Amino acid sequence: MAVAVKSGGAVKQFGAIRQNRHEYAKEWKKRTGGKVLGYFCTYVPEELIEAAGVLPVRIMGSHEPEDVTEPHIYKMYCPFCRDCLAQGLKGRYDYLDGVMIAHSCTHIRQAYASWTIHLPTSFQYYFSMPAKVQTPLAKPFLTSEMKAFKAALEKWTGQKISDDKIDKAIGVYNTNRRLMREIYDLRKSATPPISGMESMEMVVAGQMMDKKEHNKLLEQALTELKKKTGGNEPSSRLIIIGSEDDDTEFLDMVESLGASVVVDDHCTGSRYFWNEVVPKDNRLEALAERYLTRPACPQKDWEERTRWPHIEKLCDDWKVQGALLIQQKFCDPHEFDIPYLNKKLQEKNIPSLFLEFDVLVPVGQFRTRVEAFLEMIQQASLEF
Amino acid sequence: MVSDTKGILYKTAPLKLWNKARELRVNHYKEIQEAPEKGRLLVGGSVQAYPSLIAGFGDFAHLGGEAYGATIATDPDFALKCAEAVEARGYARDLCSYMRMYWGSMFLDRYPFGGKFPHPNLLLHLHFCDTHGKWYQVVSDYLGIPCKVIEFPTGGWGQREDLKVEYLSTQFNDAVEWMEKTLGRKSDDELMIESMKTEFMSQSLWGEIALLNQAIPAPLDHKTMPTLHVLGVLMRHKKECADFYKDLLEEVRERVAQKIAVVPTERLRLLHDGQPPWTFLEIFRYLEKFGAAVVGSHYLFYLGGTLWEREDGVLERRKTPQELGIPMRNREEALKVYAQWILYKNMWSRAICLPSEERSDQVLKLVRQWRCDGVVIHLNRGCENMSYGCMENKLALNEAGVPTMTYEGNQADARELDTSQIINRVDAFMESFGLSKLEK
Repeated sequence: MAVAVKSGGAVKQFGAIRQNRHEYAKEWKKRTGGKVLGYFCTYVPEELIEAAGVLPVRIMGSHEPEDVTEPHIYKMYCPFCRDCLAQGLKGRYDYLDGVMIAHSCTHIRQAYASWTIHLPTSFQYYFSMPAKVQTPLAKPFLTSEMKAFKAALEKWTGQKISDDKIDKAIGVYNTNRRLMREIYDLRKSATPPISGMESMEMVVAGQMMDKKEHNKLLEQALTELKKKTGGNEPSSRLIIIGSEDDDTEFLDMVESLGASVVVDDHCTGSRYFWNEVVPKDNRLEALAERYLTRPACPQKDWEERTRWPHIEKLCDDWKVQGALLIQQKFCDPHEFDIPYLNKKLQEKNIPSLFLEFDVLVPVGQFRTRVEAFLEMIQQASLEF
Repeated sequence: MVSDTKGILYKTAPLKLWNKARELRVNHYKEIQEAPEKGRLLVGGSVQAYPSLIAGFGDFAHLGGEAYGATIATDPDFALKCAEAVEARGYARDLCSYMRMYWGSMFLDRYPFGGKFPHPNLLLHLHFCDTHGKWYQVVSDYLGIPCKVIEFPTGGWGQREDLKVEYLSTQFNDAVEWMEKTLGRKSDDELMIESMKTEFMSQSLWGEIALLNQAIPAPLDHKTMPTLHVLGVLMRHKKECADFYKDLLEEVRERVAQKIAVVPTERLRLLHDGQPPWTFLEIFRYLEKFGAAVVGSHYLFYLGGTLWEREDGVLERRKTPQELGIPMRNREEALKVYAQWILYKNMWSRAICLPSEERSDQVLKLVRQWRCDGVVIHLNRGCENMSYGCMENKLALNEAGVPTMTYEGNQADARELDTSQIINRVDAFMESFGLSKLEK
């Protein structure tokens, strides 16, 4: 049975950074003397934070059972938001100089709200990212929000954020996105040189480290991966679609069964980096355009459904044979879309498997279901 | 306030306007039912979705989703069928229960008052929580009708308000132009502006009525208020609503002057946080057995009404723009005034847009100003939006020395509400105040 090939060198370092994210951030602070800003939600305009000389780090959970958030967050809220808050309450993010959020789903907003009450920092910012990204009227609103956020960062850091600094930051982030796209493109191959799990670690590491340093690793990784030969063709090519998902144990299990997760649509994956900023004179407007037109989180995907055409193209371009629909328990935005996506995948003859995630995933039970799912895909491919 | 005296303390009398309130509501739903066959414009969307923008197009009926969902919830058999119809289509059970009732009615093609589900001609909707934009995306897809959603800008309460007014008012204008194109006729801005003024008046009046509940004994309670507040939710743009509230204000003032209590044994005053559990409103009657009157809630005060917060933090009647002499001479001015009114007014402003701390602060203000002894918190599995901050509310209230009781339930899905467990909790909560039942 073919098993997804694991890479070495630079690719392995992504996993190491993810595992040691707090040590990395503390060391970065010590090394640079800079501030670290924790953020919830990938709609935060990181370019401005980079331009301010601050390190943005995405606050994420640790996939451990916890009992510290119950007094703060209602049980009906998703495990991810509770896991995030738990990290703060347990003191794991005590090195943060500030926290912020871009207007996003109710659950993660609750994590942010509770964080600011019980773990106050000198800088706490609510960035009003529009939910109605499809209206042209959102652009002037968001551009003004960018301006206000820039001013707030300047006040906090005591440093002016010049156009030059913004241009440099956009350059760094665009390079970052381009490099990750290039690595993702390699997964179109019949023998993807990087596994789905490694790809997720690559993206998640990027959400936790200095982008310039991440770019160096990405360049190294790209060189290594392009040279790689002798890979195996996976038994099934899968897409993961869904909520925030950084459960590498689950992905590792799926790929140990011979499948390869060749592409994804979630925010610890391609949604984070898919589109670049198109530079223009009005830098803030350029940033606004990028965040309004990126592949949408379902929280923002209305009135028209833009997610399916994007996902369909991913399935076509990456020759996907099956879809794993991953949803954090109680995640409303994804619960809305899943029946529709299931229907569209069915129309396209792409079988799908729906799995509900919690802080800890029942890997054993999921293994049984995934095995059956993969058998179904392989059977279908034989019939064709 | 907690008295050792048992038994009747105050005189009581039924509300004179009670039947009128019910009649207005029944007529509202009858109009919706008859709209398609009479060729009358029927618009769907959130109950909060800006009826005055539609009023410029003349006479219309409005099917407001949330209240419709609550109405279905009061019919347990039909509500269950609705919930099951939605689940059969692959939707999760933890989604908004108002929405699931609405969707169920739509999928089953059944109207709770008889006949088929009335198809709106178009949907004008507002988005403020994760559910709303997606709710009507499904409705629009299923019924094949056009939909325009206006985003209510959230976050950063009290900050960058001018940006939010601009964003909201430009969306209003966009929505009016969209309706003009969709309906093939122009909006009459004078009609729109007149409707806005009526909306402001209705909401201000309901707020003023809510303020009267600070009186001891309370003239209204949480069992009576839903029937009264819902008119401000369903038809605040209509003159009959404003007229009704004017009359109700007089009646409630009279009740305060005469010390007419809705709960004649009132010896404990409580605030309710969250939606009422529509499938178990008996909880409020049960509390009355102990002489406990639920005198207010964030939800019932702000959904149909509005209040103004003074510099010193006291909540008072909110004056309308017309009283303040704010001009609304043309569409542009009117839409900005409308946006400003709504941005400040609203339950969401105070529930969703507020940081959790300020939301807790708002609940504490209600507790103090309405002279409450404790708060009953509904941990509502049917609305994650209103559950936002509820646990932090509990912590903040307890820290301020306000006793609280929580109960897990669902605003509209009776399967998620354990009535015996709630009764046990109420018993324990009352015992904590040293109160036993005055009646069996």
